Amino acid sequence: MKQPNRKIRHLEEFIVKVFMILSLVVIVVCTSYILFTILYKGLPSLNLAMITQTPKGGYYLGKEGGILNAILGSIYLAGGGTLAALVPGIPLALFLHSYRQHSSWARLVQLSLDTLCGIPSIVYGAFGFAIMVALGLRASLLAGIITLAFLELPILTRAIYEVIRMVPEELEHASLGLGATIFETKIQIVIRQILPGLITALQLAFGRAIGDAASVLFTAGYTDRIPVSLFQPVASLPLAVFFQMNTPFPEVQQRAYASALLLTIIVFVISLGSRLLSARLSRNIIK
Amino acid sequence: MASWLLLLHSKNRANYYKRRRIIDKYLRRCLYMLTALPVILAMALLLTLLVRSWPLLSVKPLWQLFSDQAWLPTQGQFNFLPFITGTLWVTITALIIAVPPCLLVIIYLSEYAHWATREMMKPVLDLLAAIPSVVYGVWGVIAIVPWVKELTLFSQNYLGFIPILSSKNPTGFSILAGSIVLAIMIGPYIIAMGFEVLSAVPAGYREASLSVGATRWETIKYVLIPKTTSGIIAAIVMGASRALGETMAVLMVVGNVARIPASIFDPAYPLPALIANNFGEMLSIPLYDSALMTAAFILLILVLIFNIFASLMLRRIIQREKS
Repeated sequence: MKQPNRKIRHLEEFIVKVFMILSLVVIVVCTSYILFTILYKGLPSLNLAMITQTPKGGYYLGKEGGILNAILGSIYLAGGGTLAALVPGIPLALFLHSYRQHSSWARLVQLSLDTLCGIPSIVYGAFGFAIMVALGLRASLLAGIITLAFLELPILTRAIYEVIRMVPEELEHASLGLGATIFETKIQIVIRQILPGLITALQLAFGRAIGDAASVLFTAGYTDRIPVSLFQPVASLPLAVFFQMNTPFPEVQQRAYASALLLTIIVFVISLGSRLLSARLSRNIIK
Repeated sequence: MASWLLLLHSKNRANYYKRRRIIDKYLRRCLYMLTALPVILAMALLLTLLVRSWPLLSVKPLWQLFSDQAWLPTQGQFNFLPFITGTLWVTITALIIAVPPCLLVIIYLSEYAHWATREMMKPVLDLLAAIPSVVYGVWGVIAIVPWVKELTLFSQNYLGFIPILSSKNPTGFSILAGSIVLAIMIGPYIIAMGFEVLSAVPAGYREASLSVGATRWETIKYVLIPKTTSGIIAAIVMGASRALGETMAVLMVVGNVARIPASIFDPAYPLPALIANNFGEMLSIPLYDSALMTAAFILLILVLIFNIFASLMLRRIIQREKS
């Protein structure tokens, strides 16, 4: 076989490399384009009233008011869902990394989690709706939280599992060797060790939940008031964006852009905050 | 010692150890029971959707769901074909747009990039993955749809002889707009997973290939890509299954017309959009509720097929690495 000329070989590499760098640039440009568009369109109509008031009469026709109901509603929904998913999430992750991780039961649990992880949020929404009807609930904060908890459980568990895997085994062995029981070791040693990672995992699940519209579309309802009980319907920010976008009035659409900007800002602030917090907590870690 | 252990304090030492052991045993047993939750949840999801779609499936044979005249819920006609084809069109077009640049970026980041570039790209990709889908939808409406509208006119005038590029849809809300938005949304996932796959290849393979005089690109082409094909395919399929279920962003830009699309400039009506758009109003029409649950069930089955395929691919790699 005749070897291709060295120049041609290097030329080929050069061309491919140019394409690679081009693709990288395309991704960076897309990201900045998205952020720029949202900022450019959202900033002019963002004002204090939007984040401090609930919608007044005729808000969706362009009158006064804000979307405080949706901001608070989203935080309630995502916060509740994250807490509800955390309760089974930690034991699950601990179990999947315990000495029983190769048992057939553990494999079944792992398989179910993998399956759940891939299920789209609209399917969770339909499922949550069916459960809600079966339980005799109306569209409410509680139903929304349950649906979001289902959605977040696999994400949270997987993220915590990844953190637990990083805990050195010797640490657990040392604790067990000193006479602590398995439960005490897991709660007092392993959990403390994973705290920074746990914050990141929580942020991941929370961010996913707060941006998700499809699953709360039928389960949480929509209202102009701020909910005071678990059984009241609740507004959410993604749905506020969606509904305002669908109105024919340009002023309301302007507000949709501003709401989208707010949603993006909330997601980023939470992500940044969790990073700082997790850096602070990592002081307690034994590497 | 944590404060809850103080509760156990007792003057009797033997009793103290015994109590700790008992607490350990029962608390662990309780937590062990929690592990049944994902299994129950997965089963419940499948069963609930099946039970809720049964009223429709029991009166109509399966083939009729694809051969009814159209989607006319008021007349009891439920044809899922436009929605399934719509879903597949959008997903496949998104993959065609997303995969080539993603592959190039994966290879670049794992083989060529300076560590600083890699560190710089990480937050960018995290950022892309963190943006909520409804924000992508807003961006699509503002930025992509008008552009696709121009492109439609251009394509109709100059490339109209190619069937999939010719369309009379003047709005810009089309499969192409949906797929561009989707492509950007699934990109970070494909890149993250593909990067993992490529970095898992032992350095020895690269060194062996480079030491016999291959260029870096030849090493990638003849060693790394054949070695990681199934992993890369798994990453792409995972991305596709995300694309299948994406609701809000697609719903906002894809046009939502229940007709089998013939061109990428036609509007489509994917399954998730169908469910999201109609869930509120279905209660008065018989079987409508059941039909929407059937749509969710079909979507679930589609996604499961993709996911099982991907995990089989990944299992093949793990087995090969063991042997």
